[in-house]
Amino acid sequence: MAATVPANAQPFDDEEIVYSKVTFWTRFRRHKLAIAGIVVLGIIALSAILAPLLAPFDPNAIDNVHWQGTPLPPCFQDGTLCGGHLLGTDAVGRDLLSRLLFGARVSLQIGIFTVLFEVIIGVIVGALAGYYGRWVDWVMMRITDVFLSIPLLPLLLVLTAIVAASSNKAALSFWVIVLIIGALSWPTVARLVRASFLVLREREFAEAARAVGNGDLRIIFRHLLPNAVAPIVVQATLDVANIIVLESILSYLGFGIQPPTASWGNMLTDAQANLQIAWWAAVFPGLAILFTTLSINYIGDGLRDALDPNMK
Amino acid sequence: MFTYVVRRTLAAIPLLLLISIILFVILNNAPGGPLAPYLQNPHITPADIERLKHNLGLDKPLWYRYFVWLGTILHGDFGYSTSNSEPVLQAIAERLPATLELMGVSFVVSLAIGLSAGIFSAVRPYSLWDYCITTLAFFGQSMPVFWFALMLQLLFAVHGIPLPGGYEIALPSAGISTTDSFDLGDRIEHLIMPVMVLSLLNLALYSRFMRSSLLEVMQTDYIRTAAAKGLSRRTILFKHGLKNALIPVVTIVALSLPGILGGAIVTETIFAWPGAGRMFYAALQQSDIALMMGYLLILAVAVVFANLGADILYAWLDPRVAYD
Repeated sequence: MAATVPANAQPFDDEEIVYSKVTFWTRFRRHKLAIAGIVVLGIIALSAILAPLLAPFDPNAIDNVHWQGTPLPPCFQDGTLCGGHLLGTDAVGRDLLSRLLFGARVSLQIGIFTVLFEVIIGVIVGALAGYYGRWVDWVMMRITDVFLSIPLLPLLLVLTAIVAASSNKAALSFWVIVLIIGALSWPTVARLVRASFLVLREREFAEAARAVGNGDLRIIFRHLLPNAVAPIVVQATLDVANIIVLESILSYLGFGIQPPTASWGNMLTDAQANLQIAWWAAVFPGLAILFTTLSINYIGDGLRDALDPNMK
Repeated sequence: MFTYVVRRTLAAIPLLLLISIILFVILNNAPGGPLAPYLQNPHITPADIERLKHNLGLDKPLWYRYFVWLGTILHGDFGYSTSNSEPVLQAIAERLPATLELMGVSFVVSLAIGLSAGIFSAVRPYSLWDYCITTLAFFGQSMPVFWFALMLQLLFAVHGIPLPGGYEIALPSAGISTTDSFDLGDRIEHLIMPVMVLSLLNLALYSRFMRSSLLEVMQTDYIRTAAAKGLSRRTILFKHGLKNALIPVVTIVALSLPGILGGAIVTETIFAWPGAGRMFYAALQQSDIALMMGYLLILAVAVVFANLGADILYAWLDPRVAYD
């Protein structure tokens, strides 16, 4: 927060921000589950970063020595059969733990990059609409309404299916997924930014900034935006969790990250067919998603309580 | 009130037009299309292609083709579904009853349980019960629905839960019924797991929203006044508190519709429920663009009208909303 304080902000605003910086930590610390969320997410993120060091096997390699056509069980279930695979293997004999670790990289990166993209679009649209008002606002908000009216998951599926049909499924690369999800999920951020800007642009400091002769862009990004950060941060945090789930659904249905690259979603694609013989292949990737999204949602809840107690 | 309804309805028209433009642009850029079979054929010359384009009207400007397309849509012609070998609208209409049954039951279930859980925890804020319900709601919101479905199948269909006396809880994990003739018990058994999955997200959403809405209302002055004049706790809660706390819930219920529609696709696919959502997923895999777009258009129109309905209902319920 401190980094975003404008250098030439009025003393009044400085006081306000210093005050909120102090109370932010005291308030956030009180939210025990948010702290727990940070710890769990930290562990998951760290193991994603260190995946090449931690993974006991090559995530895409088939264990030709032990695998005989049926998935190998986890070692805690059957120490003799597992062939050294702590969490067992998937249906085609790849180490589940290694795939989980590498899948964490994909899921977390999709979440982070998509949200960055979404926030950039959302801030631009919302800021223009809220700052200029009138017809700019009308046009921007009608476009936002359109995106909010078309159910997100079916639209995503149609777009990814069209990309897949135009060339092939391999065209659904990491960045294409980020681009498609990001391009469709910005309206919530845009609405939040617009709502903040409608209020902020009438405040004295905005008027003062205008009176001193600042240009519109400078007022928007140096004076108004820093004061609208709180709701954006909360929404962005919660959206990381939403997007990780969304990507896992896409990948599960076969229109997300394509195999052999492991993502938590595509690891579950065959899980239903093998539910009878390999419970582990269905349980662990889902637990990974659940722990990640749960941590992020608790962090988001903690941020909301800490940044703005009036927000719902 | 009447002018308000008319004004809101008219405001939905530009929205619907914008949605149709966006869907048309997507449709127009989709692969395949009417010329695709001819482009591969070596016996067809570029001149033939031009003639076909002219005959099909594909040489007309984009805006002209949009209006022609819009005209056919408004006449109920959504094109021909290649994967079902029948008109799109007919294919969707055949599968819609199963989808509406699933969505309807899960909507009622999530409203009933979600709202009561929210009220229950708002009445005892920060108690153990409140804590449990709030935690469960968090789990529900963070849960990837398809994985929840897989776990239910693992628990209740693959293994079954043994009960004392040799019985076991086992549920059918696929389809809508075991036999062709209608059997209510059998239908309910088939509904349990899909309804649990489809309700999960909204259960969480409704209970959290109901809780915060009721907590907020219970802190207002008119509740204190009601308590001061000696009304019973029950009267205050149901006649003064709930009546006002339920108003904003109308909006969140309408806003949750796109989520249910998206969730229906996943749920129907996993549980082999013979509804429109599962057909949509099959259309995706076979690149049946006409069916995909038709379904998407119907969903979007449904969402617009649900929001419109919620707006009008809100204004009718809350006298503080100005009609003009």
